[in-house]
Amino acid sequence: MNITTLGNYILPIVVFLIIGVALLKKIPLFDTFIEGAKDGILLGFQVFPCLLGMIFGINILLRSNLISNIFELFSPIFSFFNFPKEILPLALIRPISGNASFAMMIDIFKNYGVDSYLGRIAAVMQGATDTTIYVISLYFGSIGIKNIRYALKAGLFADFITLMISVLLISLIF
Amino acid sequence: MVNKIWGSFIVIGLLYGFITGKMDIMNQEIIECGSSSLELFLTMFPMMILWSGIMKVAQEAGVLSFLSRLLQPFFSLIFPELKKDDPALPYIASNLTINMLGIHNASTPFGLKAMKCLQEENPKKDTASKSMITFLVLNTSGVTLIATDILAVRSSMGSLNPTDLLFVTILATIINTTLALLMNAYLGRRER
Repeated sequence: MNITTLGNYILPIVVFLIIGVALLKKIPLFDTFIEGAKDGILLGFQVFPCLLGMIFGINILLRSNLISNIFELFSPIFSFFNFPKEILPLALIRPISGNASFAMMIDIFKNYGVDSYLGRIAAVMQGATDTTIYVISLYFGSIGIKNIRYALKAGLFADFITLMISVLLISLIF
Repeated sequence: MVNKIWGSFIVIGLLYGFITGKMDIMNQEIIECGSSSLELFLTMFPMMILWSGIMKVAQEAGVLSFLSRLLQPFFSLIFPELKKDDPALPYIASNLTINMLGIHNASTPFGLKAMKCLQEENPKKDTASKSMITFLVLNTSGVTLIATDILAVRSSMGSLNPTDLLFVTILATIINTTLALLMNAYLGRRER
């Protein structure tokens, strides 16, 4: 059994454990489920405006190509430090949009190979971090936080570290 | 802050699109954005309803509080300002556990619930509290242990051994989460 099929076991086991324990404890299962599911509907309606707004802003920025053009401008600097510059657009998009960076990762797989140096860096980078700006806008937006203090700084720091660590680890190990 | 980021994304993007003559693409984006985000919402929404229901069952059955007791030593380390029985902790525990397993859509309802609980004890409602930012950092630094979606893509695109990055990804996650939490603690202390 490989790990991909192992992945298929996770959700069913989680559901089995929760429902199983609730059954043993004789909780009014279905009523409780419906009560919670109703909360889910409210939650969804609260979140949708944030989602739409953020996707709008992010897509306008992404599709203007500004980010990829800026990166082209700086590419000589990165080649000087022997840094794999092909990975940079992904690193820049990763904190902004999970879907866009996932598509970019697949693009890198296609262009350079799944098991290539760049392909491996892309996979680790995509897997080891999450979309900072999306999470900030969704989580803070849903409860009406306006002043996020140092949250963006801390989140982007995490993304930067991930970029460095993935390049470093893949260079060392493979 | 969110206001400024959002506004500058749009203004800068549109301006740059205008300069580089991509007004057709910008126009198309404005028209299509609604339906493309609705599409994403439609995949998320039923998931949210289902998991909110299951989450309620888990809560009533004591599964959530069991999970948060399990993670208690870790929590008191990174959330020193929260009490042991803080109502947000069970949700944070569930959010983290599901994230570790790489199922992000299912973890979002727990994350939103956790934020709501943290907001209730937040003295300044429009300003992020320290624990909110710590939770956010935990989420964005990504505590994924098994990234199932990436594994699936790698194996479908013919990787010889799709799981050979499992260890590296876990190592990268541990290093970056640790560093991010340290940075978070430092920033939190500085800005008081």
